[in-house]
Amino acid sequence: MVIVSAVGVLGGIGVICGALLAVAAKMFHVPVDQKVMDVRNALPGANCGGCGYPGCDNLANAIATGAAPVNACPVCNSDAYEKIAGIMGVTASIGEKKVAHVMCRGCDSNATKKYDYSGYHDCKAAAAVAGGNKSCDKGCLGFGTCFEVCAFDAISIVDGLAVIDKEKCTSCGKCIDVCPKAVISLVPYKQDVIVECENKDFGKAVKEVCKVGCIGCKMCEKNCPFDAIHVENNIAKIDYEKCTQCMICVEKCPTTIISGDLLKRKKAFIEEDKCIGCTICAKKCPVGAIEGELKSKHKVIEDKCIGCGECASKCPKKAIEMK
Amino acid sequence: MSLFSLFITSFIVNNIIFSQFLGICPFLGVSKKIDTAAGMGLAVIFVIVLSSVITYLVQITILVPLGLEYLQTIAFILIIAALVQFVEMFLKKSSPGLYQALGIYLPLITTNCAVLGVVLINIQKEYTFIESLVNSVATPAGFLLAIVLFAGVREKVDSADVPESLKGSPIALVAAGLMSIAFLGFSGLSI
Repeated sequence: MVIVSAVGVLGGIGVICGALLAVAAKMFHVPVDQKVMDVRNALPGANCGGCGYPGCDNLANAIATGAAPVNACPVCNSDAYEKIAGIMGVTASIGEKKVAHVMCRGCDSNATKKYDYSGYHDCKAAAAVAGGNKSCDKGCLGFGTCFEVCAFDAISIVDGLAVIDKEKCTSCGKCIDVCPKAVISLVPYKQDVIVECENKDFGKAVKEVCKVGCIGCKMCEKNCPFDAIHVENNIAKIDYEKCTQCMICVEKCPTTIISGDLLKRKKAFIEEDKCIGCTICAKKCPVGAIEGELKSKHKVIEDKCIGCGECASKCPKKAIEMK
Repeated sequence: MSLFSLFITSFIVNNIIFSQFLGICPFLGVSKKIDTAAGMGLAVIFVIVLSSVITYLVQITILVPLGLEYLQTIAFILIIAALVQFVEMFLKKSSPGLYQALGIYLPLITTNCAVLGVVLINIQKEYTFIESLVNSVATPAGFLLAIVLFAGVREKVDSADVPESLKGSPIALVAAGLMSIAFLGFSGLSI
């Protein structure tokens, strides 16, 4: 008899609770927006916080309700943007992809050191001791604080210098926030020609602390055919809008601080079938690398061509290809 | 025992974390940041007050008249689990703001021994309804105090230079032990 009542009471409580929950589930049902679920699935799910929201779930909510633009996730690639835009039924206006870049090339063999740092292996800790052990005030300390914080495995430390793999970088901005020397900046993904130095001291002072630092000699500024590089406060700055990556500055730079692989330089190539001999390309070429009389097929002098693409963009017949 | 002394006893002297060692799991798990720790503490207060009221009524109206007091534990677990589920659904519908704030902590509390502990203590010590209400506000308030204090300590520890082998959970457990010893100082307190 006792067992019966015990089973009855417990079973009864269980059944009542179950029934209550079943009713409540119907009564208090909140329809979850299918859009939110779809957007959430399209997001990377790393919960990195690069967008400014606490996690991917919150961003998915914000995108679905229209509070955030479809390309609010700085980490997604363009495929994901298109997918999200498809879910939301709008066309994505995708900005140029940017990647983080270390604006310093002061590795242990290039830069000198102020003192021997033997403390905690962390850039912030090192920076607290007289601004770090590199003699250069703007130098990468290379203790790997950015490496630790990168969720995408894009940063490696090579010879006491942080190097960012631009293929892996998602421009979430965490390394930029954490770097105590502020040597990491966002640059366009396509940009290979970059001044990898931020030291604003005069040439002699730079030479004393680093073999490759920018000395502000203005050789690049004088030679740039596109007015895209200027020396301000003893440091060369490239206007990425104007730069065509012709790499003249890379050739001229006496300290080789401007990055760019001369072997990968493109060459103009004229398709003879399409060329009508208008001479526009020859007039536009900043280095006089195109020859040919009016009404005859033009030719590119390969040795002179710097691969700036100016001729290709100006050709009315689209007869020039950059290869 | 006056209600005030009951409150202080449950709140500080018999602190649920530091002297009864109940609810250690969320205490260690959700104490990395003060914000989330406070959220968890408030959710615990909310759930314990509600469940102690319901379980008290069940005890008085169902279990005692039928002579089934020995079923307390099972019956209370059942009720607490169902109650938390119900509260979660209710909040989701009626107060999305509060649901957002408590959201992730509510399911965590379902299986928390602190909740069961408080409602069983209410019965075991034969508190009246008012007394058990006071106890079930004071005890989780002690939980809130403990977890917020501990989260503050952990935030400081995060930026401290901790030996490699003690990083993370080990140093947190050491800190928790020291805080427990500190709370031992209240044990002689009588009001």
